[in-house]
Amino acid sequence: MMNKLLLGRFIPGDSLIHRLDPRNKLLLSFYYIGIIFLANNWLTYLVLFFFTLFAVYLSNIKMGFFIRGVRPLIWLILFTVLLQVFFTRGGTTYWSWGPIVLSQFGIVNGIYIFMRFVLIIFMSTLLTLTTPPLSLADAIEAILKPLRVVHFPVYEVALMLSIALRFVPTLMDETEKIMNAQRARGVDFGEGNLFQQMRSVVPLLIPLFVSSFNRAEDLATAMEARGYQGGEGRSKYRILTWQARDTWTVLVFGLLTGVLVWLRA
Amino acid sequence: MAVDITFKDVAYTYQAGTPFESQALHDINLTIAEHSFTAIIGHTGSGKSTLVQHLNALLKPTSGTVTIGERKITPETNNKHLKPLRQKVGMVFQFPESQLFEETVAKDIAFGPMNFGMEATVAAKKAAEMLTLVGLPAELLERSPFDLSGGQMRRVAIAGVLAMAPEVLILDEPTAGLDPAGRREIMGMVERLHHEQHLTVVLITHRMEDVANYADHVVVMEQGTIAKVGRPQEVFQDVAWLQARQLGVPETTEFAARLQQRGFKFDQLPLTEAELAAALAPQLPREVVSQQHDE
Amino acid sequence: MTVVTKIIEVEHLNFRYPQTEGRPALSDVNLTIEQGEWVAIIGHNGSGKSTLAKSLDGLLPLTPESGIIRVAGTKLTEASVWDIRSQIGMVFQNPDNQFVGATVEDDVAFGLENIGLPREEMLTRVHAALERVRMTEFADREPARLSGGQKQRVAIAGIIALQPKIIILDESTSMLDPTGRIEVLETVRQLKEQADLTVISITHDIDEAANANRIIILDDGEIKESGTPAEIFQYGERLIELGLDVPYAERLKAALQRQGLVVPQQYLTEEGLVDWLWTLHSKM
Repeated sequence: MMNKLLLGRFIPGDSLIHRLDPRNKLLLSFYYIGIIFLANNWLTYLVLFFFTLFAVYLSNIKMGFFIRGVRPLIWLILFTVLLQVFFTRGGTTYWSWGPIVLSQFGIVNGIYIFMRFVLIIFMSTLLTLTTPPLSLADAIEAILKPLRVVHFPVYEVALMLSIALRFVPTLMDETEKIMNAQRARGVDFGEGNLFQQMRSVVPLLIPLFVSSFNRAEDLATAMEARGYQGGEGRSKYRILTWQARDTWTVLVFGLLTGVLVWLRA
Repeated sequence: MAVDITFKDVAYTYQAGTPFESQALHDINLTIAEHSFTAIIGHTGSGKSTLVQHLNALLKPTSGTVTIGERKITPETNNKHLKPLRQKVGMVFQFPESQLFEETVAKDIAFGPMNFGMEATVAAKKAAEMLTLVGLPAELLERSPFDLSGGQMRRVAIAGVLAMAPEVLILDEPTAGLDPAGRREIMGMVERLHHEQHLTVVLITHRMEDVANYADHVVVMEQGTIAKVGRPQEVFQDVAWLQARQLGVPETTEFAARLQQRGFKFDQLPLTEAELAAALAPQLPREVVSQQHDE
Repeated sequence: MTVVTKIIEVEHLNFRYPQTEGRPALSDVNLTIEQGEWVAIIGHNGSGKSTLAKSLDGLLPLTPESGIIRVAGTKLTEASVWDIRSQIGMVFQNPDNQFVGATVEDDVAFGLENIGLPREEMLTRVHAALERVRMTEFADREPARLSGGQKQRVAIAGIIALQPKIIILDESTSMLDPTGRIEVLETVRQLKEQADLTVISITHDIDEAANANRIIILDDGEIKESGTPAEIFQYGERLIELGLDVPYAERLKAALQRQGLVVPQQYLTEEGLVDWLWTLHSKM
């Protein structure tokens, strides 16, 4: 049962990274992806590499989790890297065959691209591993808040997001249970041709829909019984607080940007 | 063909080889004989459900061997060709009504048999037969399963498993959430299937009364392994041991233990009211009995 | 505020679910519940128990023809429904489907957020409520990591944080394992004592019914009988049809009777039966 509890692969912890304000973490992660594109030589990539490694170290999370984050994307990465390697000209050409060349610049560019992918994946993995999905939802709500001016239902969307997140493990459990029940009745999931596979999904999807509707109805009744009348007039239990460490991390990122600008070619 | 089920040194680990792995079963050695009625008891999370999912190879052991009839299931067993096994070992999950999906009751009951290659017309006949077997009226056949009451839906789901003509029937808390009358009907039906159709029954339950009334074997699970196994009469003698594990004993056994402290004598603690009443009768004064008769 | 002793009054309550034919779900239900009472409502599936519970909380579309419901002296109307809901806490059957918050403390806070309570006050109340159901150490857990009994205790915490006068348990223990059932019942019993709550429990569970001061039997939408547990439990085998188990002492009495013994007619608790048997035995 424990296997479904790691949604968004959040790993509980008490590190500096865990304790950062999720708004800060979310925005800094996006910012980091931006400044990665400042790097254009060995030195700048090396700085970013050690910076990322240091952040990973601060999170107290095993390296294995980060490498697992890269694995699902490895073919995409290799494909992009190979394109770079074989279609970039410049410097010494080691080998060529028609439009395909193996050049000094190509190899260097391939390595840079690879680094860029790995750094981006590590940093976003760091975000999801150290931030509970719910806090991310809070962060998104906070960032969306200005939209209330244009009557965007920020509270409702936030509540929907948090309920959706809360029910993901429940529905995953349910999915597994129904799959097992139908397998016990002779259904082969993921076997046979496309048509057979599509057909095998029906006995899974219908019960799942039915149960989700029942749950939704129950939940609506329970919410009504507990006095929920829509977003207006509600107070908030969860609040996000900006701490000194958040200011410090912003400064560190500022410093990093400065260093990158100074070192880049 | 005899369908004995044997576990040899079975262990099971969820998500083995990942940082999230957790061991659910270890050192399981167990034989479930053909035509027996085995009850599995234990706390939520003790591994009962994981254990029974090995009985029809929904799970394969991470180490050890499960032998089901003539099929050996090891960690290396290929996932294909397990179907005949699933036909032979029928599984009724907890709240099985959640597996219903067809437009009509008849189609839903026929779904399993048809997956195992039964002709549509034969399956339809089978569906009608099974509906009667679970005690529902034939006019429900063409109704949508979603229009039925909760108790009826559950019986349709059980009929859908029985329609596959399994030799072993596994039930995971089949009476959970039902009212007492519904509970009685389901358990009565399970007993009939066991006696009349000679099905091997494996029942997961929290209700010690059901163990006392129906089972001839009981397996006590604790923290992923078998803590005790034996006939209910043996296992329930150790009232203190079971109570220390918050598993409880049948009400009769508990009541008899209380009487024992007050001077009543029992060769062994009885499990059912009838047994207790029979054991008490000779220990009560005859004259009081007749005296009360005169009133 | 005046002291209301009749916390719930129901007069001529009728209800039929829209688009259903045949018998109405409730017909001419009359009921009075005193403050501080524990009332168990029993009945087989489809007898209208849950419909009654939901209508008390204004969760069903009632029309003026449906009859009158008064909670703590206030008549249930569209205008008063939110006020009435604030006085009643409901624990439903499925532990998962009433857990709104993403963590335990968020869920307890949900009702408080709805009434717009300031955050400092919420923190105190959430903490106190969790303490009272003994779930403090689980405050930051997600529901997926809790047992059914723990989830129901969180639901109870969410209710008592709102300081209601009435708790309705709508088959709240029927999906739980025995440990969970005991946990929940024990929690409710303690809270009732501490806070002078009125408890209405809709149940099939004999232990839960035994806790009540009064048992009401509902059948086909009508109140059939009402009495103390001792009075109702005398029905023996008939209780099964009424949607309740037969108490163990009654079952044993029946078995003894089959052995030719003459047993007392009135209801005996288990302790009472042990004493009775022991007295007979010592005369040997």
